[in-house]
Amino acid sequence: MKFTLSWLKDHLETNASLDEIVETLTRIGLEVEGVEDKAKTLGAYINAYVISAEQHPNADRLRVCMVDTGTGSPIQVVCGAPNARTGMKSVFAPPGTYVPGKNITLGVGTIRGVESAGMLCSAAELELSEDHDGIIELPEDAPIGVAYAAYAKLDDPVIEINLTPNRPDCTSIFGIARDLAAAGLGTLKGGDVPAIQGKGACPVSVTLDLSGDDAKLCPTFALRLVRGVKNGPSPEWMQRRLLSIGLRPINALVDITNYITFDRGRPLHVFDAKKVKGNLTVRRARDGEEVLALDGRTYKLDAGTVVIADENGVESIAGIMGGEHSGSDEGTTDVLIESALWDPLNIAQTGRKHGIITDARYRFERGIDPAFTVPGLDLATKMVIDLCGGEPTEAVVAGKVPDTTRVIDFPYSEVPRLSGLDVKPAESEEILKKLGFKVEGSGERVNVVPPSWRPDIEGKADLVEEVIRIAGVDRIEPKPLPRLEATVAKPILTLIQKRTRVARRSLAMRGLVEAVTWSFISKDEAELFGGGDARLALANPIAAELSDMRPSLLPGLLKAAQRNADRGIGDVALFEVGQTFASDEPEGQSIKAAAVRRGTARAEGVGRHWNGGAESVDAFDVKADVFALLTALGIPAGGLQIVAGGPAWFHPGRSGTLQFGPKNIVGAFGEVHPKILKALDLKGPLVAFELNLDALPPPKAKPTKMKPKLSLPDFQPLTRDFAFVVGRDVAAGDIVKAAQGAERALIVGVDVFDIYEGTGIDPDKKSVAIAVTLQPTEKTLTDVEIEAVTAKIVAEVSKKTGAVLRG
Amino acid sequence: MTDLNQLERDLLSQVEAAGDEAALESVRVSALGKKGSVSELLKTLGAMTPEERKERGPLINGLRDKVQGALAAKKETLAEAALGARLAAERIDVTLPVQEAPEARGRIHPISQVIEELTAIFADMGFSVAEGPDIETDYLNFTALNFPVGHPAREMHDTFFLAPDEKGERKVLRTHTSPVQIRTMTSQKPPIRVIIPGRTYRHDSDQTHTPMFHQVEGLVIDKQANIAHMKWILEEFCKAFFEVDQVKMRFRPSFFPFTEPSAEVDIQCSRKGGEIRFGEGTDWLEILGCGMVHPNVLRNCGLDPDEYQGFAWGMGIDRIAMLKYGMPDLRPFFEADVRWLNHYGFRPLDIPSLVSGLTS
Repeated sequence: MKFTLSWLKDHLETNASLDEIVETLTRIGLEVEGVEDKAKTLGAYINAYVISAEQHPNADRLRVCMVDTGTGSPIQVVCGAPNARTGMKSVFAPPGTYVPGKNITLGVGTIRGVESAGMLCSAAELELSEDHDGIIELPEDAPIGVAYAAYAKLDDPVIEINLTPNRPDCTSIFGIARDLAAAGLGTLKGGDVPAIQGKGACPVSVTLDLSGDDAKLCPTFALRLVRGVKNGPSPEWMQRRLLSIGLRPINALVDITNYITFDRGRPLHVFDAKKVKGNLTVRRARDGEEVLALDGRTYKLDAGTVVIADENGVESIAGIMGGEHSGSDEGTTDVLIESALWDPLNIAQTGRKHGIITDARYRFERGIDPAFTVPGLDLATKMVIDLCGGEPTEAVVAGKVPDTTRVIDFPYSEVPRLSGLDVKPAESEEILKKLGFKVEGSGERVNVVPPSWRPDIEGKADLVEEVIRIAGVDRIEPKPLPRLEATVAKPILTLIQKRTRVARRSLAMRGLVEAVTWSFISKDEAELFGGGDARLALANPIAAELSDMRPSLLPGLLKAAQRNADRGIGDVALFEVGQTFASDEPEGQSIKAAAVRRGTARAEGVGRHWNGGAESVDAFDVKADVFALLTALGIPAGGLQIVAGGPAWFHPGRSGTLQFGPKNIVGAFGEVHPKILKALDLKGPLVAFELNLDALPPPKAKPTKMKPKLSLPDFQPLTRDFAFVVGRDVAAGDIVKAAQGAERALIVGVDVFDIYEGTGIDPDKKSVAIAVTLQPTEKTLTDVEIEAVTAKIVAEVSKKTGAVLRG
Repeated sequence: MTDLNQLERDLLSQVEAAGDEAALESVRVSALGKKGSVSELLKTLGAMTPEERKERGPLINGLRDKVQGALAAKKETLAEAALGARLAAERIDVTLPVQEAPEARGRIHPISQVIEELTAIFADMGFSVAEGPDIETDYLNFTALNFPVGHPAREMHDTFFLAPDEKGERKVLRTHTSPVQIRTMTSQKPPIRVIIPGRTYRHDSDQTHTPMFHQVEGLVIDKQANIAHMKWILEEFCKAFFEVDQVKMRFRPSFFPFTEPSAEVDIQCSRKGGEIRFGEGTDWLEILGCGMVHPNVLRNCGLDPDEYQGFAWGMGIDRIAMLKYGMPDLRPFFEADVRWLNHYGFRPLDIPSLVSGLTS
């Protein structure tokens, strides 16, 4: 919402400075976005007389001008404008002036050997128009030496406020003045509207062809004919104001409607009465009906749109934009003025559907003052008569102005209760009254009736806001919020919140860099990673590649790794801990931790190194990551199983699934499937893991924080090595498990320390060497006892895996 | 006598001359071995008369002790020299670089870091952390929060919609973290003190907007909480978060459908050479929106607005991260460019706490 200072002062009698007004507007909730004060920005520019303009000695296109700025001592200026000539008057900028259109500050310069002390300016250089063909030409009677901005009446500051959607009353300059007056900045004025004494009935009738529920679409419609008007350009003062706020003057009749739209927040429409055939009907559009609107576009309508029609068809899209056919022009002599009330919801939907943004729509969809429907018509009639002459008829009013009167039971104590500021009832009452509220009754509890122009006021809290925004939110002193309990702060994080934090820190400790990637990915990517459910597809994605809620963190991370590689950083290790989506229900959302390693980005080191290295990442790098993570999360490895193979996006032979039983799969790790690399246009080596933090078992509840008793055996542990020859497809994990199970009371550790395939071993076999640690607890083991355990281990491993001890 | 003295001089000079352990050993054998010169002399003691022995014994034994001592000393010296020579040969180039440790390479994203900072501050003030789903119902994202159907305020949110279900209802990607206010108020009894950090989505993409961003919401509900308390909370938060002793804040009345009265909050700062400093200067920077929870919202959660009251506020996590740590643009937050992450990210053990300070 834009307005000028002088326009505001039509409605506000005030001595306040511009700065005070701007500050107050922001303070009371009408946030000032910007102030354009040309008197200030163009303050240095002065009217000047060109005493002489002669050819520059060294440049064909330049002239040397002697300029009189009213001081009596002419100034020499070099000017390149084609229209610079002796005897003209123009606008001069002395050295030191900032030129907005060029973004430079002038100095004294020498141009092709001739000194130039300032500049004669074009309108474009002053950012007044696009015109940069020549310097500004002032009329012969323009006074010399005065400020150009004041002379050209550009010294009316333009204020723009960022209006919140709850304040339709401040889509009017009068409404803004009312708020400022209530805030103590002056006296509200110029609100009276003279009643119009028309002659004879309006010959055009209005039918509201809206029955039942539809009646709310147009509760009332007022219309009047003014005969014998002379349309033409509106007066200069009106044009200047409209131009200042960014509106293009059209003709007096249209300009009047635009003027009142801003002055009083009352959109109107004018029809050229001679182009209207028969009477007017307000109705829903018929499907397929079309109208050529005033913006020159043809709109195809449907029953969702309310229109004003005559015997020709649709003449106007109600409350949004008039039609070209019956619009007024220079030849208009009889004008029909419309002041109607439209349903905010319908206007908003219609405007949105057709993509039309107009000042009328802006106001109607916020809700305008119903009580001003007929006064608005009268005000417009008055201005038409004043500016264009003519004779009005009586108004015809279809429907009824709705009565929006409501009473709010308001204890003044609500103000201190909600705000913490002890505003006395008398002050609250005064503020409300100044804002146009009726306050009925006296004492601590009153009945408050909001004015017709405040549809946003529903209840007590709204009244509290009115009081404190005018009284001043800055009067409220901060007050400590007392602790709920006088205790040491208790832990607040939930299990998953704790696990999310630990996951991030522990993965970062592994040398992984945390990324935050989009929650949405492309449909193809979603499908490749087990998603693609239609319920998780956005109806209005911002881009095709951001269309589906991600089932996995991996597509985002893999693509991020490739983007880094494309920038020359191929050894990247990224992780993300974030939400993934299995359904559109809250339960379908889970927190996962995932990581990708690319190139040689291993935890031990990245890239080539004098001490070895440059080894490509493999599945064991991410297996190590996921185990480090599980350890950090305190997940006991006991129940965890690793099953060969993983989901389809992993290499089937180089991936593993992490599970607590076949029905509780919690994650997977491995090499990314070559098909995925191809589909996503990735280059490997790429390995990855993903772990569902929400699926991990919670820790066992314990009655105390005591750790289990530590028992240190009195006897030294001993280690025995075994080399087994087994089939190549036997899992080392099975050998380890079998060895562990051979004598649980004694065996405390089994480590795989060598895998060998090749010379000396059958081609379809491999050798797996394990070290078994025995921990005696009762007594030192005798050789015989050790022999017995050894034999048991060999037997058990053979039985479970078909292994034979390597000879 | 002369013999012994001569022998001693000879032997001691041989010991001294031995260049390595082998040479020294041959000296030892020549003197103290079975047939060594000193051993031979010792053997003569047995055939001597007691008088002779009394005179010669100490001399010969003395010679033996001296030679033994010299041998031992020389052995020590040689061992020392050998060790010195070995150590000298065992030199490594300590200027060779080691592999950079994983904990030096890892990074925490600024958003995660700032969420932990927020949590530390608000936990101290008695708040817990509530969370909710990113995919929300229209009811919880809008209607329950007093956004009437068709209200222009809904339009301001540029909502992402999912496909309509069988009933024609379409879910939305939450446009703010505020639906979690409703989830919290309908699932727990006041007094309530929560912060709600999370991902939010709006159909908007330009220099300063991304279709996904992060917000943190705060909610206090009890029977007394008012704007004065809200001002205190927000002021204390800003001081703690930006790690300055003073901040000046400006509360401007504003509008949000779910609060009444509502305000936007600006924080005073100076901007010099692209650096923002809080607690000084004359510029105002918008930082958050807040207000008293709207009576309709309380009612929608089954709370009587005449009995319960409270306030809520919301701000952009990405935005306050940018203000505190000086990232000039929002878009790179989600581009996973490791150069950006290395520069603006935090080290694995930079754990924010009020005990040791939010930042080190």
